[in-house]
Formats: sequence, C-alpha cells, structure tokens
Amino acid sequence: MSETVQVVAVTKSYGNVKALTDLSCVFREGETVALVGHNGAGKTTLIKLLLGLVRSDSGTVRVLGEDPAAGQFAARQQLGFLPENVSFNMALSGRETLTFYARLKRVPLASVGSLLERVGLGEAADRRVGTYSKGMRQRLGLAQALLGRPRVLLLDEPTTGLDPALRRSFYEIVAELRADGATVLLSSHALTELEGKADRVVIVNRGRKIADGTIEELRSIARLPTRVRVTLADSDAGSVDDWIGRTGAWKRINGHMLEIDAEPDAKISLLRSAASPDAPVIDLDVVPPTLDELYAHFLATGEACK
Amino acid sequence: MKNILIVASKEIQEGLRNRWVLATTLLLMALALTLTFLGSAPTGHVGASPLDVVIVSLSSLTIFLVPLIALLIAHDAIVGEMERGTMLLLLSYPVGRWQVIMGKFIGHLAILAFATSLGYGAAAAALAMTGAAIDAASWTAFASMILSSVLLGAVFVAIGYLVSSLVRERGTAGGIAIGVWLLCVLIYDMALLGLLVVDQGRTIGGGFLNALLLANPTDTYRLLNLGSESVGALSGMTSIAANSGLSPSALVTALLAWTLVPLAGATMVFSRREL
Repeated sequence: MSETVQVVAVTKSYGNVKALTDLSCVFREGETVALVGHNGAGKTTLIKLLLGLVRSDSGTVRVLGEDPAAGQFAARQQLGFLPENVSFNMALSGRETLTFYARLKRVPLASVGSLLERVGLGEAADRRVGTYSKGMRQRLGLAQALLGRPRVLLLDEPTTGLDPALRRSFYEIVAELRADGATVLLSSHALTELEGKADRVVIVNRGRKIADGTIEELRSIARLPTRVRVTLADSDAGSVDDWIGRTGAWKRINGHMLEIDAEPDAKISLLRSAASPDAPVIDLDVVPPTLDELYAHFLATGEACK
Repeated sequence: MKNILIVASKEIQEGLRNRWVLATTLLLMALALTLTFLGSAPTGHVGASPLDVVIVSLSSLTIFLVPLIALLIAHDAIVGEMERGTMLLLLSYPVGRWQVIMGKFIGHLAILAFATSLGYGAAAAALAMTGAAIDAASWTAFASMILSSVLLGAVFVAIGYLVSSLVRERGTAGGIAIGVWLLCVLIYDMALLGLLVVDQGRTIGGGFLNALLLANPTDTYRLLNLGSESVGALSGMTSIAANSGLSPSALVTALLAWTLVPLAGATMVFSRREL
C-alpha cells in the first residue's frame, strides 16, 4: 500500500498557542483512519495543514506527493474535504451549489444528480440551501466531498447532525471508498461510533500524537481490564466471595450482580472458574474495553508523561 | 482563467438570486429617471443639449451612489465568506486565492455594469423618446459617463476587497467601508475646499492641486465627466478642469491605478492569511 499522506515532525502555533507539536503520521491507500481528540486538540489544524490552508512552522507535509501549501492544486483535484461546520450560500439550490463545486473540480456535471440521490437529497435538490435542515446541509457537504472519486478524503466530524439511518449509509459510503483504495481520515470525538469502522486510530492531545495503531494494538498496549459481569443464583449470593475473592478487583452492583475487572492474562482463568459447575453463576457477560475507555486511558497516560 | 469565470458566474448567480442586481438596477433607474425629468424642469430650455444636462445630474448621482453600492457589495466578499465558513470549503478546491478574488471582482463588476448601463440607459432612452434633439457628441459623452461610472465602481469594489481581506470581523469591514465612503465622497472635498480658501493660492500650485484631485478617485471621476467642454459649462467645473491640464487619458489611468493597486493589495493580504 502506497502512502498518500505523510506528515513529518510538524509544528504549528497560532501566536502563543501551540496547536501541533512535533507531530508525525502516515496514511496509506485504502486505509480508514480515525483522528481522535478533544475539541482544540489539533485535529482541525492537522486537516487544514493537509489542505494547505495553513502553513506549518516546521516539518514537512506531503499529500499525494505534493506540498499542499506550495500553491499547486493538482493534488486538491483528488482531495475531498468536509469541514466541521459546513455551510453554503443560502440563496442557491443544492443542485446549483454542487454544480459550482463540480465545475471547480472539473468533474462531469452529469454526476451531480446521481451524487445528490446517493446522499438522499434527490427530492430537495432544487430547493434553496437556506431551507435545508442541519442534517441536509451535512449531506450536501458530504456530496461535495465525494465529487470526482477522491483519493484522499478528509472528514472533520462528519456525522454530527446525521440521524442514525443516515449515519449508517454514511459509513457504507466510507466503506465503498475504502474498497476503492481511497484514504479516509475521520476526525471525531465520538469514539464508540468509530469502533469497527476505522482500520487505525490516531489519538492527539494538546497538539501531540499520543497513540497510533489499530484498535487491537492499542488494546494490547493499554492492557485495560476486561469487564466481566456475572449474575448469581439467588441462594448462593453469600458464598460467592469464596471463589471470586482471588480474582481481585470486583464490585457488587446489586444483590445478584457482580462486576469484575479482569486483567488480560487473568481473564481466561476467571471465565473458567465462573463457568465451572460449582460456581453459583446463572448468567455472564464479557465487555471488552470500549474505545472511550481506551481513549480515556491514553489521555490519562499522556498527561502523566508530562 | 476558467476558475475565475466559474467563481465570477457564481457571484452573478448569487447576485441575481438574492436580488442585489434587481435592487441596484431599480434604484439607479428610478433615480436616473427622476433626475432626468424633474431635474430639467427648472432649467427650462437652456442652450445646452438636454442629454448634457442629464450627464451632469447623473454624474453627481454616481459620485454618491456608485461608491456606496460598490462598497456594500465588496466589503463582505472575503471576511463574510470566512465568517460563514464558505471560504474554508472553497479554498479546499483546486482554485488559487488570487483566482477567487479576480472571479469575485469580475462578477461584482458585471453586476455593477449591468445595473448602471440599464439604469442610466433607461433615462437616456426615455429622453430620446420624448423627441429631444441629441447630437452624436452628447451620446459619446453619455456612453463615456456610463463607462467611467463602472470604472469608479471598480475602484470602490477593489477598495472594499482590500478592507475585507484586512479585517477579522464583518462588522469592522462595514464600519471601515462607511468611513471610506464618507471620506471620499463628502469630507475630502470639504477639506480640500477649506484648504484652498485658507491658502488663497499662495502655496498650493496647480501641480499640487492636481495631485490632491487625483488622490481621491471620486474627484478624478468628477474631473473626467464634468470637465469636458459642453458639459463643463453647465457644471461650473470648467475653470478647475481647464487649469488642471489633466487629459482624460491621465484621469482614466488614475482610476485604473486606483483599481489595480487595492486589488493587488487585497490579493496579497488574502494569500498570506491563514484560515
């Protein structure tokens, strides 16, 4: 897989505020990357750097082999961008707006209609954008980002304002693009939503990259405990301490339910003993650490490093 | 070049849609027709051609109105799009910032040219229909008045862009635009007049006065239109125009410079700006 985006040791500050510090990362063809961080962590600044809208103080940025800030636009032809709060001129219709952007990208205008259908705006295409709801504007924003089969898609908080059905169709579109070999960068702070959607997660905090890897890699680095929830048979509620006591951290949620945080290497032995015939367990749930917990963990260790 | 035209046609499309074109054209037309028919009533039949009278009144109208309209359209062009967030998206497309500015400029200028030609043209056409005798020289003067009005509009559109590219907020741009208008249209002339009265011709020579007149685009426009022979007699500008010795081509050059310098400045500032 060839690299479509390279960011090497980039630092960027606005006045006294350091937006990015010595940040490096690489995105490849056919890869969906989640860029995760708090508001103000530097996600949008990184995306603007990739678009050439701001210039880095030091370090190099390459998008599709070009320096985006150098004032050449060949790479932007193959770039799709959806800003965080996408807005359009209110006076024009959805179709007119998309036609304008298609012209700028030299995309055949015939694709405008089908693209509007694809994002579910076929009905509203000839209404003024001013009459659109937030979700519809977001869809129009997605439509313009998809113009002309982009090789690199930069989506800044793409699913805010989308209803669940549309969210699903949005991720279907992302999956199609990935299959097509496009690099998709999704920035978000809604992490749980990205589970299973992103091949790789890059976590930034205060302008620094604090984690980078697949979700499985991050899990194994973080060594977060798996949460095991057991429901006990009524009669044996008292005797449970005997067998569960050795597993360490646990807490009682109510009379029948226990929650045990199992370290990765203790997990199997715990499950074995919970499943053994003499254990007073009638139900059992295993909840792996969510992305949110993983994220919180990396944020906390990132802070601790300073 | 294609990008510039794409941006320009979008500006025109927007102008048509949000009724800027309609409003401007109707305003100029209504005022022009009023001035043509009411304005000539008190003069009765003077020796001058009726179209020359119209040229004098419309030039005065232009000096007030065209800079105002141009600044109103232009002051919002860059900072407004930045504030609304549309500029961020536009600049992520394969289009250069100078192309954005040039495209907007051509679009806005086309709107102004359309409104001026149609609005003022209606006045002339109405006058011709009443059967007034108009000679070819007057028609030429009228056409050049329209052209120079558009040029004056271009000057203030360019100044508006410069303001718009320099400030951080729309409100600031609006305030500065009104200030520029007041200065160029009202204050500058009053101050110049006061200066000349106080000076009594002792230190301010013809050359210096010329420089002062060229330093304000509205005065340059005034000299260009009211200074010419047949019209000048009506407007009372002949004495100044005759003394100035500035040829029409010099005045047009000055107006062009007044357009290009702010436009280049706006492009430079905008290109350096970070979003």
